[in-house]
Amino acid sequence: MTLLLPAAIFFAAFFILPMCRLFLVGGSGAMGWSAYAAIVTDASYFKALLATLGVAAATTVATLVISAIAGVFLQRHRFPGKSLMVSMLTLPLAFPGVVVGFMVIMLAGRQGLIGVVSQMLGGDNLVFAYSLLGLFMGYVYFSIPRTILTVMAATEKLDPRLEEAARSLGASPWRVVCDVILPGLKPALIAAGAICFATAVGAFGTAFTLATNINVLPMVIYTEFTLSANIAMSAALSFVLGAVTWLALAVARSLTGPNVAAAG
Amino acid sequence: MKKTLFTLQFAFTLAVCAFLVVPVVLSVLAGLTANYFIGIKSGLTLRWVGEVWDGYQDTIYLSIGIALACLAVTLVLGVPAAYALARTRSRLGRLFEELLMLPIAVPGLATALGLIVTYGALGSFRTSWTFILVGHVLFTLPFMVRSVLAVLSAIDLKTLEEGAASLGATFRERFFHIVLPNCRNGILAGALMVVTLSVGEFNMTWLLHTPFTKTLPVGLADAYASLRLEIGSAYTLVFFMMIVPLLLAMQAIAAPRTRRFARDDGKLETM
Repeated sequence: MTLLLPAAIFFAAFFILPMCRLFLVGGSGAMGWSAYAAIVTDASYFKALLATLGVAAATTVATLVISAIAGVFLQRHRFPGKSLMVSMLTLPLAFPGVVVGFMVIMLAGRQGLIGVVSQMLGGDNLVFAYSLLGLFMGYVYFSIPRTILTVMAATEKLDPRLEEAARSLGASPWRVVCDVILPGLKPALIAAGAICFATAVGAFGTAFTLATNINVLPMVIYTEFTLSANIAMSAALSFVLGAVTWLALAVARSLTGPNVAAAG
Repeated sequence: MKKTLFTLQFAFTLAVCAFLVVPVVLSVLAGLTANYFIGIKSGLTLRWVGEVWDGYQDTIYLSIGIALACLAVTLVLGVPAAYALARTRSRLGRLFEELLMLPIAVPGLATALGLIVTYGALGSFRTSWTFILVGHVLFTLPFMVRSVLAVLSAIDLKTLEEGAASLGATFRERFFHIVLPNCRNGILAGALMVVTLSVGEFNMTWLLHTPFTKTLPVGLADAYASLRLEIGSAYTLVFFMMIVPLLLAMQAIAAPRTRRFARDDGKLETM
């Protein structure tokens, strides 16, 4: 047990203690402890909270649908070029949020590909990188690689005989997906979905790259801290934000068993 | 029917690949193009990469330095901790493991603010690169511990150690000649993960850095915000050249391992 000691001391000094301080600082501002309620009582914070949760929920749904289709397909078929496809899909795995934001700018920014193509087709220069839609696109970009890996690993563990049995009993492909494959993938999808959600709620780099006027909670916290120097409020908001992401992961874990962790 | 289903799924997956890869290709091209607005026909150039190198090479050195220091610290703290956790399996151990994972679940912004309100007044610590290092260690330590723990839980550590002990090996000898060689793969996987995450960490670093301690992602954010697209792209290209080899190495060692000296219940945890 003494071997745990160095890590435990480091962790206590640089995480447990700072988190306790953060909690206390959150209640030390002009508003006192009601700062912790401000996230629902203050209209602009509450709006930011709703926008954050909305983008995170949309990201989770879109990422799960896309990754489930592509992941099951890649795990179930053999064809030339498959391993290249898997490499391409996992390439952005280690991109930080700032770089993902830049990728969105390359696609949907002022000189982006989507705008160029829409102009070539005779439309306007389509630019949506610097908005909530761009942020959503960035989070989906960020989440697809890790979610596909999770789906592929879970699909590998499914018993193909169950699907064969269902087919031989006359089930349509759609029924096989709904009644056999999806229930089998459910724990993996819940776990991966929780990670998507938690990352999208807490991420900061992508929003920072895209625009400073996207009002999601991490940006609000950053603005409170730097521009308004309202340290107490930013502490209270970030503590609440941490509680939300932790809760999302804890709920997922209680539903699926102990193999959930986030990254990013 | 089956054929069309295959084609549809293939086309969909290909579209997802394009979504992920096309912006990477565009950004690489933009970093090497004389004028991206005009396009490739304006000519290819290394001018932007050169400007990035002149203006930002110190951020590259700092990022590499912090990543290596972070690796050293996570090895020293993480490997013994993983060994202790693998040996005890007590409730206290479980609880500690849970707590250790928290910095991944809690947004980097919150962790960084916590560090600032606690240690921000210690001037020489606040302005030194070690302030960033602390944040990176918090965030990467769980990956090292988990990676080593996964390997240690898959082998029958107890029997191996008892065997060595019965032959007269001291704890020191057992740790260095039995435990460490057995978790080599876990350490390697963890090390690659730690370095990759440290080099790319932004959420915490943006709040922890000072004008004299800018890491690569901090420099990237700067360049994206204030400089022309070509320079941002060239800088991203430099970042890709650092990160992609690490990624490829990770994929290579993540390939299925052969079964080692497994526990009796046949439980073999893979990572």
